[in-house]
Amino acid sequence: MSNPSNSPASNSAQPAPATPLAPRRKALIIGASDGIGAALARQLTQAGYTVAVVARRKDKLDSLCSELNAKGVCALAYPHDVAQFSEVPALLKKIVADLGGLDLAVFMAGVNFPPGGLDQYNFENDRKMIEVNLLGAMAWLNPIAAMFQSAKAGQIVGISSVAGDRGRVGNPGYNTSKAALTTYLEALRNRLTRSGVHVLTVKPGFVKTDMLKAAQGGTPFAIEPAQAAQEIYRAMQKRKQTIYTPALWRWIMLAIQHTPSFIFRKLSF
Amino acid sequence: MPNDTAALFGTFATFENFGHSLQAPAYRFQPKTTEEIYAVFQLAKKHGLSVGARGAGRSYNDASLNGGGILLDVSAMNQFLEWDPATGQVVCEPGVTIEQLWQKVLPDGWWPPVVSGTMFTTLGGCLSTNIHGKNNFQMGPIGEHVLEFTALLPTGAEVTCSPKKNGDLFYAMISGLGMLGIFTSIKLQMKKMESGALEIHAWPTKTLQGHLNFIEENAPHYDYIVGWLDTINTLGHGQIHAAKYLHAHEDPHAPQNMRLENQHLPNRLFGVMPKSLLHYFMTPFVNNFGWGWVNRAKYLASLRTHTFRQAHAAFHFLLDYVPDWERAAGRGGLIQYQSFLPKETALKAWTEMLTLAKKRGLPSYLGVTKRHRPDKFLLSHGVDGFSLALDFKITERKRAGLAQMLQEYDRIVVEHGGRFYFAKNSETSAETAKAFLGEATLAKYKKLKKRCDPNGLLETDLYRRLFK
Repeated sequence: MSNPSNSPASNSAQPAPATPLAPRRKALIIGASDGIGAALARQLTQAGYTVAVVARRKDKLDSLCSELNAKGVCALAYPHDVAQFSEVPALLKKIVADLGGLDLAVFMAGVNFPPGGLDQYNFENDRKMIEVNLLGAMAWLNPIAAMFQSAKAGQIVGISSVAGDRGRVGNPGYNTSKAALTTYLEALRNRLTRSGVHVLTVKPGFVKTDMLKAAQGGTPFAIEPAQAAQEIYRAMQKRKQTIYTPALWRWIMLAIQHTPSFIFRKLSF
Repeated sequence: MPNDTAALFGTFATFENFGHSLQAPAYRFQPKTTEEIYAVFQLAKKHGLSVGARGAGRSYNDASLNGGGILLDVSAMNQFLEWDPATGQVVCEPGVTIEQLWQKVLPDGWWPPVVSGTMFTTLGGCLSTNIHGKNNFQMGPIGEHVLEFTALLPTGAEVTCSPKKNGDLFYAMISGLGMLGIFTSIKLQMKKMESGALEIHAWPTKTLQGHLNFIEENAPHYDYIVGWLDTINTLGHGQIHAAKYLHAHEDPHAPQNMRLENQHLPNRLFGVMPKSLLHYFMTPFVNNFGWGWVNRAKYLASLRTHTFRQAHAAFHFLLDYVPDWERAAGRGGLIQYQSFLPKETALKAWTEMLTLAKKRGLPSYLGVTKRHRPDKFLLSHGVDGFSLALDFKITERKRAGLAQMLQEYDRIVVEHGGRFYFAKNSETSAETAKAFLGEATLAKYKKLKKRCDPNGLLETDLYRRLFK
């Protein structure tokens, strides 16, 4: 097992100290190189958080951090591949020590590899989606949940998807990974509520990120990542359980979830 | 001891400061022996984590927080090792509280020479911050009554220190904020008492100048002196209490007064309402308007010059009188800003500071003054002058303005040759600490740190904020 605590640190500076008048809460965003993750990192640092950003691509992380740290150190970068599960405990321990605590953990990492046709099946792609979207979340959020449960405080945000609300013809693997993630987050919420830990499930519709390229067909009601980040931040503050972003998707998905199977089977989206 | 990282995560706990104004989670360990402290050092090295020490967590800032690292909670090391009622010398573990201490020694006719305003502090914490009492001008800080201590250094060495033996470490570890080693046993000299009660005199004051002059002139004739200032409505309305130990011939009930049952703070108000609920009733008044009237009423009540007798515990532990009083400040918690100024400059500096607070609409809800003298400890807050402690309630609306104002306060205090106390102020910057401690003191502290803790194992949030 590689030991990330001995790997060359890309963080030279120490974040500014937290004091009662500048509490500087601590957040960890897993999957923050671009898209909603980067937008949320901007949102949180503006709100006075110190954030640790984790993603596979070091160059992207470094450019995000140099942007965020322009006015004082508030972001620390940790390159890491979410599918390298065995690295997680040691890296998490290091991040929490570097941040000086942990108030909020956001699991944002996700990949989408459509099979490329209604008669196509690709186990390797499905496996990658389950590894990143589901097992990656479990590898990170299990130890984080253990810490928060023990500390009787903390907030977890998991980014699932509207795609997990129904199994559809286009991308069974992705639907499955997100449905399982939604259920996993719900179970965490039910476990952790009694310890004062808040779990928020976010189900974005279409967001203008790299992942949108994987979408087949139209992408109605697509929003900017910054808007999604803002809505997530607001829901976090209000300690909501599940949100759709944009909110309109709640009604769309309500209709879709209640569409009887004999009709749904015949639909082509 | 948890071997793997997953088990370590199961020791994560949230810690707060006394004012509930800062929370920091850390891995909690509660050693019972010196060997267990050493095992925690080894564990920390293995995991690449720092270790901070915590007693009762009664400091107002981040002195006993170590966010994301290990917090060594010494409160379970709370045994008395020796007590000699003939000499008044006591040896105890670092987790023994001032409450345990006075309750142990008073029935034999002794009292701790220096106590804090709350009795729940631990001696380990008291030594690390070198606490003072309302008798600082007479008795100095608690460190002057330590005959000897033993401590475990992160190197694994156990050292015994007294003013004569390892003197440099003695004067640095006391006041050293737990950054050089962990106290494992502490030997203290108690003060002989003839009565369990004190005679207290109270006078009103009308101006800040009159207040400070009164304290300076009268302090030498008393064992304790403390002032209260209405810092909301006026600049100097206040009250001074001065207390004297009673001699046996002055107190007809001297032996009975030393019994513990005559020292306890009552649990109920008017015999009916549990005091544990009182802070809820205070909360609606803790704002500029409500507390302004509370202060006016308190001043009116204090206009009468009078003399009364009080048990030691009732006089000293005012902070414990209303349990959880600090919660009355509400969700944002409270902070304390205490400045120590030489007697020549105190009036000028505090007039400037209190005027600024009034102008900004950010008054302190409590102003407490004391008389001090300098001491020989390395990170000393002692001055030949006075201290003024101000309590501020934190609200979202006031946060930024308060932060700005306290920065200006720091500048004023440093310009007037003042000092700060590391169990109190939470917003001090590294530059301010350097300015009032001086380069030479800091260099000496860092040199000792290097000697005792070469790998930099011991850290707290306060240490990172001020010294790293």
